Amino acid sequence: MEGEILRGRVFKYGDSIDTDVIIPARYCTSYHPEELAPHCLEDLDATFAGRVKPGDIIVAGHNFGCGSSRENAPIAIRGAGVSCVIARSFARIFYRNSINIGLPILIAPDAVDGIEDGDEIEVDPTTGTIRNLTRDGSWQAAPFPPEVQEIIQAGGLVGYVRKKLSS
Amino acid sequence: MPHTIAEKILAARSGLHEVDAGELVTAHPDRVMSHDNAGLVIRQFRAIGADRVFDPARIIIPLDHRVPAESERTAAAHKSIREFVRQQGISAFYDIREGICHQVMVEKGHVLPGELILGTDSHTTSYGCLAAASSGIGATEMAAVWATGELWLRVPETIRIEVRGRFRPGVAPKDLALHLIGKLTARGADYKSVEYYGPTIAEMPVSGRFTLCNMAMEMGAKFAIVPFDGRTREYLTERTEGDYTPVAADPDAGFAERYEIDVTDLVPQIAMPHRVDNVVPLPEAAGIKVDQVVIGSCTNGRIDDLEIAAGRLKGRSVSSSVRLLVIPGSRSVYLEAVRRGVLETLLEAGAVILNPGCGPCLGAHQGILAPGERCLATTNRNFKGRMGSTEAEVYLCSPAVAAEAALIGEIPERLG
Repeated sequence: MEGEILRGRVFKYGDSIDTDVIIPARYCTSYHPEELAPHCLEDLDATFAGRVKPGDIIVAGHNFGCGSSRENAPIAIRGAGVSCVIARSFARIFYRNSINIGLPILIAPDAVDGIEDGDEIEVDPTTGTIRNLTRDGSWQAAPFPPEVQEIIQAGGLVGYVRKKLSS
Repeated sequence: MPHTIAEKILAARSGLHEVDAGELVTAHPDRVMSHDNAGLVIRQFRAIGADRVFDPARIIIPLDHRVPAESERTAAAHKSIREFVRQQGISAFYDIREGICHQVMVEKGHVLPGELILGTDSHTTSYGCLAAASSGIGATEMAAVWATGELWLRVPETIRIEVRGRFRPGVAPKDLALHLIGKLTARGADYKSVEYYGPTIAEMPVSGRFTLCNMAMEMGAKFAIVPFDGRTREYLTERTEGDYTPVAADPDAGFAERYEIDVTDLVPQIAMPHRVDNVVPLPEAAGIKVDQVVIGSCTNGRIDDLEIAAGRLKGRSVSSSVRLLVIPGSRSVYLEAVRRGVLETLLEAGAVILNPGCGPCLGAHQGILAPGERCLATTNRNFKGRMGSTEAEVYLCSPAVAAEAALIGEIPERLG
């Protein structure tokens, strides 16, 4: 993902979007992105799965991904084609899971203020730069610690540990 | 420098002399737990290219989320887990008969004071009831721990909560837990460790401490810890012969936030739909009709919880408009409840006794709600769609309130 600029339309949601609405337990016997994607966010916004296009970006308030440790949640979001999630803050397990499966996530409260639902935005996940193409505005997300950068650059934790074990 | 319990345990498990909040460390957990999602952990473990787990004696796997298997898919996942534990020599495997993972971990001596324990379940924070630092992680990173024995963790800031005062009759640790979540909010302890102090905590049995540490997850906590004392020692005496070294915070440790709560005037609390921090005192929820009442789960499925419920239901009948589901937390709780006559009382009153497990709490199976239905539960989450239909509502409460509501078919105004 290094060097790749993400560009997409914004789906904007509020605070404390929990993992039960991201992907309800009734679908959690599956870990396949293609099976989870059609149900992503269906209990919060039933129109989401039908409208989302590859590259689109979720922008949300505080505590995104609170609730269970289910990894099906970021898998469903990535499976739906979402390229990145920007929020004021993330719940800790969701934050870790996203990094570990290679879903780019950024903490940028100012950007959340300046982005509306439906805006077209551009994100550089490496530098953390966010640009609103629909209305003026550009923001800088908090950078990841170097240890986390390494995991992201390996495309997720599986790739990172594989590399580490073979070296 | 003075340190909190979280800082001391993480330093010790990272081979460092001391660490401060905000640092990232590579930690070596004492034990790790996975439940049914061990199926995904196994897949990721293989994707990593690993062959043998780092130490089979440090891995515990209880099956609890969908037990007995509710679908062919779950049955296949359970089967793959059984094969894996056999092949890897993981002896602490608890098949569907044993109970809810967190209850099993604590009961079977897999949690000791001063330890670092990680689990692929958010409510892993529960083990703080035995003065351990324990936290939920994802399945992929658990696969990395199985392969390498280590994981990166951020050293959390610590919130110090001091609790004083004696609970009124009918008020329980669950009410304190809900009250705290209402006050601190669902993100009030995000990324942070919580330590509990004060005379109310000192008098609280391990079961109540379990409820507190379990529910701390609903404020976002990474760890929730009740420091070691005589009650911890007493609980462990019957359950482990292992050595352990309790860890205490330094008196002048740097706490990020401090709260003091007096429970003397606390009344029973209700978390209203669809957020756990949407908490009101019982009278404000009085009169809300309920279709289903659930007593149990890792939050409130211990023998004292069931006894409180049975005490209120004895010689009376569950309302004909209510389905009362009771879920003992584990096989040993179930057995104890049989021996003490608790289940007989509950059955006579009209309860349905389910096998120990998580089913209804997360809406996996057993007791799914229809559109328009309301459930009052002693469980830990009331998110939209949590127990089934997105048009159903879940309310959270203590076992005493749940039992009373089961009798009258609505949330009571007060407890008699």
